[in-house]
Amino acid sequence: MAETHSLQDLQQPAVSSKVFIQRDYSSGTICKFQTKLPSELESRIDKQQFEETIQTLNNLYAEAEKLGGKSYLEGCLACLTAYTIFLCIETHYEKVLKKIARYIKDQNEKIYAPRGLLLTDPLERGLRVIEITIFEDRSIGSGR
Amino acid sequence: MHLGVSESMRECEYSQISTRSSTPMETPYKKKTPKRRKWESFPGRNKFYCDGRIMMAKQTGVFYLTLVLILVTCGLFFTNDCRFLAENLTPAIPVIGGALFLFVLGTLLRTSFSDPGVLPRATADEAADLERQIDVANGSTGYRPPPRTKEVVINGQTVKLKYCFTCKIFRPPRASHCSLCDNCVERFDHHCPWVGNCVGRRNYRFFYMFILSLSFLTIFIFAFVITNIILRSHKNGFLDALKDSPASVLEVVVCFFSVWSIVGLSGFHTYLISSNQTTNEDIKGSWSSKRGKDNHNPYSHGNIFTNCCAALCGPLPPSLIDRRGFIQSDAPQLAPPTNGITTYGATQSQQSHMCDQDQCIQSTKFVLQAATTPLLQQQSSEPVILTASPENVAPLPARTSLSLAGPCTSLPLGQPTPPTSTPSLSCHEATDMLPIHGHGHTHNHSHPYQEPVAHHHYLTPEEVPSPPGMLPCGSPLGHSHTMQAGFYNPASQDSLHEDSVRGLVKLSSV
Repeated sequence: MAETHSLQDLQQPAVSSKVFIQRDYSSGTICKFQTKLPSELESRIDKQQFEETIQTLNNLYAEAEKLGGKSYLEGCLACLTAYTIFLCIETHYEKVLKKIARYIKDQNEKIYAPRGLLLTDPLERGLRVIEITIFEDRSIGSGR
Repeated sequence: MHLGVSESMRECEYSQISTRSSTPMETPYKKKTPKRRKWESFPGRNKFYCDGRIMMAKQTGVFYLTLVLILVTCGLFFTNDCRFLAENLTPAIPVIGGALFLFVLGTLLRTSFSDPGVLPRATADEAADLERQIDVANGSTGYRPPPRTKEVVINGQTVKLKYCFTCKIFRPPRASHCSLCDNCVERFDHHCPWVGNCVGRRNYRFFYMFILSLSFLTIFIFAFVITNIILRSHKNGFLDALKDSPASVLEVVVCFFSVWSIVGLSGFHTYLISSNQTTNEDIKGSWSSKRGKDNHNPYSHGNIFTNCCAALCGPLPPSLIDRRGFIQSDAPQLAPPTNGITTYGATQSQQSHMCDQDQCIQSTKFVLQAATTPLLQQQSSEPVILTASPENVAPLPARTSLSLAGPCTSLPLGQPTPPTSTPSLSCHEATDMLPIHGHGHTHNHSHPYQEPVAHHHYLTPEEVPSPPGMLPCGSPLGHSHTMQAGFYNPASQDSLHEDSVRGLVKLSSV
């Protein structure tokens, strides 16, 4: 792909391109990403694996936004304490977001980094996209 | 170790300086600039206080008015009437009053100071990717305006997602761009000048609590001030009673007019919450059955109770804009793509200085696109595409003023009028209604059925900007004037002006 190398450094591999996984709004406004494997990644990662990662992320976001007894309780408690309780404790959503961050880090370390890919936490992109950075393939000669 | 890989890499061995970038000061070891927080370079028109902890709209004058009204009225009540009432009736009155007052103040401040759910703008890479996708979908003819809407089916209802030219994203469903704050806001309800902020996903419940508790507070004060006067009259006669507590008259007047507007507004929002609609959607009649036989609200949970719980007690999403985070220098830069499509001027102040040439190419491309797009869009009768034009208007003069002459520059002047009649300019929906009523504005442009319904809404728009207790007829005209002035030519021209200046600076820097 890009022949002009990113001059940064010797330590970091050159970024070849970025792929963006967009949001899937078919279930409404809840945070959900499209599970379709983009064509640029077809040679890099297994479709099954990718779908599994995205599906897990979707499930985690669904858990964060779930309406249920626990979230109602939290909401009512917060209202009664005039929302000052959030100065002390974390909201359920924030807890799940931390869980998601750990999951992404874990996935990056185990699955994506060895394939020259990097998943960016969608929270850093305003929950709009999952940005996947494709690094130049160093294993055989120059980049694709 | 990289010598064997490619010849060009060898040069990298000796220096870490970015030869691609135009500014040589990107070297990592030359960190002289202090770390700045992200709020300092926030692209929207918001004001930040307390090092990014507090976020408000640009115009906050009316918010201070709200505060003053509440504080003065409550202050007068506590100092003037409460003593008499506590002695003669029960001391619970000032206690309950105090609790209500604190709750009102708390929710007001929470509504005003929190992030309503602003969507951060797309990074340069994202925007470029989207543009590429749109071009591909468009067939890359280059002359036909690229489609700026996407359709998605949610719960059996077709919803159109619009592309925001300012934020360079396809807006999620229910999101809308507030032209006052220049941000896309999730689940945008309306921009409330009385709280000095937009009301969106993250602060809607606080807003609702605020108006609800304020209704109770005004009714409470009203009732007990009247009681106070009556009790005093029994003792001393009516006129003496008035002389003894003169402030009561003022309180009664303020509360009387507040009650009508605030209670009405609370009722309206209670209806909205129970049907899970936003003010925006209700005014446009997005889910009204008058639009179509199968038209229904795809977001409603089915029953009133669930809708209420979801809106008020549901999980509160965290802020997406990370105001207090530090701006980081970029991670590995993208190698300049060979197809020349890079977006200029990263909206987040990430230092992604693209190649100057690429900037120029892209800027010119935008100029041509933007110039042709509104012209063609105006001819099409679809109101949806027209909604792109308010945002389109902003980039338009920036580009056209340099490269294209005459016909296009006249567009900005013409542009403000169509947007006023497009329904999706949500934040001004409400205020739009008032001048329409007063000045016979051509609102017929949007859905005709709205006109008979509009009468019903004439009350609500008054309330939608939620006057917390104001003077009667003076205020709607008063604030519609400010809104009008703010929305019509001055503000739109201002933003055009600003954007054209910005655009000129960008293009001239190339």
